[in-house]
Amino acid sequence: MAGKELVGSPPGLPPIVVAIEASGRRQTLSFRARFFLTWAVIVGAVVLLIVVATKPNPRFHLQDWLPFIVGGVGMTLVLSISSIVIAVFLAVFGALGRLSTNPVFNGAASLYVSLVRGTPLIVQILFIYLGLPAVGVVVPAVPTGIIALSFNYGAYLTEVFRAGIQAVPQGQVEAARSLGLPERQVLRRIVLPQAVRIVTPAVANDFIAMTKDSALVATIGVEELFLRAQEAGRPSNATFQTIAVAAAIYWVMTIVLSLFQARLEKRMSEGDRKR
Amino acid sequence: MSGDPYARPGALTPAGAEPIVRVSGLEKYYGRNHVLRGVNLDVYPGETICLIGRSGSGKSTLLRCINFLEEPSAGSIEVDGVLLAAAPTRKRGPDELEQCRQIRTRAQMVFQEFNLFPHLSVIDNLILAPVLVNGVARDQAIATAERFLDVVGLREKRDEFPNRLSGGQKQRVAIARALTMEPKVLLFDEPTSALDPTLVGEVLLVMEDLAHEGSTMIVVTHEMAFAREAADRVYFIDEGNFVEVGPPEQVIDAPRDERTQRFLARLKSRQNPEAVAEVAGIPVVPAPG
Repeated sequence: MAGKELVGSPPGLPPIVVAIEASGRRQTLSFRARFFLTWAVIVGAVVLLIVVATKPNPRFHLQDWLPFIVGGVGMTLVLSISSIVIAVFLAVFGALGRLSTNPVFNGAASLYVSLVRGTPLIVQILFIYLGLPAVGVVVPAVPTGIIALSFNYGAYLTEVFRAGIQAVPQGQVEAARSLGLPERQVLRRIVLPQAVRIVTPAVANDFIAMTKDSALVATIGVEELFLRAQEAGRPSNATFQTIAVAAAIYWVMTIVLSLFQARLEKRMSEGDRKR
Repeated sequence: MSGDPYARPGALTPAGAEPIVRVSGLEKYYGRNHVLRGVNLDVYPGETICLIGRSGSGKSTLLRCINFLEEPSAGSIEVDGVLLAAAPTRKRGPDELEQCRQIRTRAQMVFQEFNLFPHLSVIDNLILAPVLVNGVARDQAIATAERFLDVVGLREKRDEFPNRLSGGQKQRVAIARALTMEPKVLLFDEPTSALDPTLVGEVLLVMEDLAHEGSTMIVVTHEMAFAREAADRVYFIDEGNFVEVGPPEQVIDAPRDERTQRFLARLKSRQNPEAVAEVAGIPVVPAPG
């Protein structure tokens, strides 16, 4: 695939081909220009509205607080990354349970999905942080956040992985069995590698969602982006401004993560065609 | 109930040889649908057997029961001395599962849809089972795999991924993959039915070579030319059991049973549009050029 990008039209091409290629490039450029102009206009309008609507606050200086707020990004990333890793592990086992013919495994996995998807994340966070101490289990705030996020997303991802495993054609399983592979190897060598490719976009999507849901952990006092934003605004009564700043930072983070997602998906799809 | 009345040792088999595949009293129900009705089939080393019949007649089910991709409802399968009886109502224990795996490695299946592993390169498709199942060293498995790629004429595609191959090439790789397990019998389940007509020939050529070199093969097919060329016996199956069995020149060219005659006539008309047009009374327009 590399080196096939059309840089210019090589000599000797029929003029009509050169003209069509040039017109194609013009259209792409013009589309991109107008696409980004649309963004700039709408975002500019919203920012202007916020600035105009906000009364000037002489006691609040953003430059004093910005490093403090941005410092919360680290904890947000720690929470999200460790939780998505654990969630994927839970999801693989959850999915195998959901597809198991063993009633105990199947029942346990189905109950997990039902219970965790059936209750709000904020309730789960508070249950672990405030409810468990009642039975003598005290979990500190950061681990509470990671446990709650990974359990919650693990349940959603269980269903994603289950669907991904079921999306691997039955013929693949039959071919592996015919070759004499034991069931465990059929799963490990043939089904799971293909299922992972199928679910990668969904997992990346959930990871992006999770970076934002991690803001709920602010309720139990974890010093992540959202809590820092609230703390920064409180002394000078400028919470609106600081939360707007946090929103902008979340947005930039998700844009960066979306770019990673696009690259990852491209690499995954190339794997089938060429190494 | 047991013993295939039609089977006899093939030309390549010394007298008194034992069959390599023995299907006895095989029954298969899908729900309440009776698909196979007491099938007996013996195949001797070196023989090529073609199973023909309408779709839904049970020929693919029979093939899939032989390596236990389908659990038979009654009867037994024996492949190269490994005997396993149907167990439709219980879970098999570890010993039986091992026997089942033994049968599968000895009776390698080639599928209609190829079923190459898309996430593995051609060479990795070929060495997966020898390394994982037979414990062959990787280097040695690669050498063997390359030899079988030569057999199907695709050595130069060893590092390609399956999605970059044509249908005919995929099926030839699938045949090579089956051969790397050094099976006692090859099972072909309509190996050319999913192929573009222009690619059927290259696959049939490989299969004919295998048949002539003494491989034992059971082939479910609609390719009568192949059956005529390569088969020792042709089994016509209808409604779950054999109706007519014999050498190809008898079953295909001079069928005695009315059902066989009807099936072959219909197959001929499907593969030859001019015949259909003739039957339907439509004037045939000669192709331009």
